Amino acid sequence: MTRDERPLRAVPPAMWIALAATLAAQIGWRSLQGPAGAGAADLPPPPSAQALRLASFGEPPALARLAMLYLQAFDYGGANLTPYRRLDYARLIGWLDAILELDPRSEYPLFAAARIYAEVPDEARSRLMLEFIYRQFFVDPDRRWPWLAHAALLAKHRLKDLPLARRYAAAIDRHTHAASVPLWAKQMEIFILEDMNELQAARILLGGLLESGAIRDPAEARFLRQRLEELERRRR
Amino acid sequence: MPAAILARLILLEARRSGLPWLVAGGLAAALGLAAFLSQVALTEGRALQLALLAALLRAGAVFLVAAQVAASTMRELNDKGLELALSFPLARSTQYLGRLAGFFTLGALLAAAFAAPLLLFAPPAAVAQWGLSLACELALVAAAALFFAMSLASPVPALAATAALYLLARSMSAMQAIASGPLAEHSLAHELARHAIDGVALIVPSLDRVTRSEWLLYGAPDGRSYALGVGGLLVYAALLAAAGIFDFQRRTA
Repeated sequence: MTRDERPLRAVPPAMWIALAATLAAQIGWRSLQGPAGAGAADLPPPPSAQALRLASFGEPPALARLAMLYLQAFDYGGANLTPYRRLDYARLIGWLDAILELDPRSEYPLFAAARIYAEVPDEARSRLMLEFIYRQFFVDPDRRWPWLAHAALLAKHRLKDLPLARRYAAAIDRHTHAASVPLWAKQMEIFILEDMNELQAARILLGGLLESGAIRDPAEARFLRQRLEELERRRR
Repeated sequence: MPAAILARLILLEARRSGLPWLVAGGLAAALGLAAFLSQVALTEGRALQLALLAALLRAGAVFLVAAQVAASTMRELNDKGLELALSFPLARSTQYLGRLAGFFTLGALLAAAFAAPLLLFAPPAAVAQWGLSLACELALVAAAALFFAMSLASPVPALAATAALYLLARSMSAMQAIASGPLAEHSLAHELARHAIDGVALIVPSLDRVTRSEWLLYGAPDGRSYALGVGGLLVYAALLAAAGIFDFQRRTA
């Protein structure tokens, strides 16, 4: 793959200058613009699962995960102190619903719902997300119980809503049947009723999840340990 | 064997036109992008990397094969190489099938090269099934690109027609699901549109059922659905080859 060409010195000096000037103009122009940050208000209405399936061109697992990265970028670098706090949660849940329908076996949407979006310090938003997790749990209880277990802890310790936490814990007990679901998860209701603080409960939950093999992704384990350390710092 | 010589010439041209470098560049770009995005993911990093890599490599392989077939055929038409070949004492069907065999081999080599890096992330059996399916998909794409390049005799329309057929085939099931979904209105126009879509589905291959990244993520499919999917590709590639030879027989020069 070769072609005959004249030496570089054959190019007139004016062309060198023109090339350098246009390149400098391009770099200058782009540096003036700066990176585009996605704000909370920018989250568009969710597409239907069918539209997403059409756009995936037969690659739903890849599009589902790319869509999660797209969602994750919204409001994360926003001007507010708490990321995701200003997101339109109705739209957000619509997006998560559509992504889960696109790839029901992906754990990413429920992980984000339980560990990120439900943990915002806004009770109304948190409740919306917890109900989303509760609703989605029934689609595949044996696979989705870890997220509802976390939702039960959030309901008890963050929302101080014991009946809600017990409802979630009871659902895990009644609707999980697989042998892979650990005993402590099935006895979550007792665990909720025990007089322990959030840190102790979170330690037991994370330890149990790691031991049962429910968490396999190193990035997820790292993220959860960081959350636990943050909780420890807050309680000191 | 004249057909084998033609096939070898096709492979020689691909090597000399820098295709191996493009393949290496495509592999590096796909691996780099997938690795970058998996770093951003909070969970399922490996699954994201694998799904994205498989999707990118599949699309890249299809583009490379279609572009190579269209460019090679156009060069032969423009250089009057085809006219020279037609003057040889060779059956037209042999000439067409020889070229097609060369492109099929090229597709199989590309599929092997693009499946190899997936062994880093997925079980060998699943990668082997994905790679074999990709090879058959590339054979179909090569047959489509050769048919359109020969009949349309211009690179841009040939590539556009190949891309249109490919994308339609990959989204046909989703279009059928939308058309027959519970939210669709029940009117005469809608019923006609639904039947039209069902009719179109009969004459395009179901590319959304093959070379799925799901096989790499969640395990290989059952043998029957795999055989039905891959067999469907081979049937459609044979149909395109027959249509191509039919058109080639009528060609004056």
